[in-house]
Amino acid sequence: MVSPEDIKNWIEAGLAGSTATVDGDGHHFEAVIICPDFAGKSMIQQHQMVYGALGDKMKAEIHALSMKTLTPEQAGA
Amino acid sequence: MSAQDQIKEQVSGNKVMLYMKGTPQFPQCGFSGQAVQVLKACNAEFGSFDVLSDESIRQGIKEFANWPTIPQLYINGEFVGGCDIMIELYQSGELQKMIDAA
Repeated sequence: MVSPEDIKNWIEAGLAGSTATVDGDGHHFEAVIICPDFAGKSMIQQHQMVYGALGDKMKAEIHALSMKTLTPEQAGA
Repeated sequence: MSAQDQIKEQVSGNKVMLYMKGTPQFPQCGFSGQAVQVLKACNAEFGSFDVLSDESIRQGIKEFANWPTIPQLYINGEFVGGCDIMIELYQSGELQKMIDAA
């Protein structure tokens, strides 16, 4: 079963400079992702970048991922 | 007709179109249920398609918008987002504007 820690690692490996906080029960997950590359992108594009980082895992292992995407500025970092 | 052509026809034939699991009356997934609630809160008239009823559309819609999850909302043929984005747009008042303008 997929753990929140796995998802955190996959996202952070796929998105340079990103930080992810992930919660979940093995099927449904919630993630907050902070990434400098989100700057200037639409919300759709930001979510697509995260889906891109997760690749095929989105189709198989992960049933549902609820996410909030932020730039470091928006996160107040 | 290919799945992509069917989807094109559906999103151009319905100003507000929701792809979901189940029906607005009986959503089969919490996220699809939330998407319906958001549209109802905006008093939106919307078309919907139950992807559980058609495997080719279920896969096809993921390719159509390069978006791997359901629900998906389209307004005037354009992909708006999934459940999270719908809720954020609703809370900011943006979704209501988009629906009123559709």
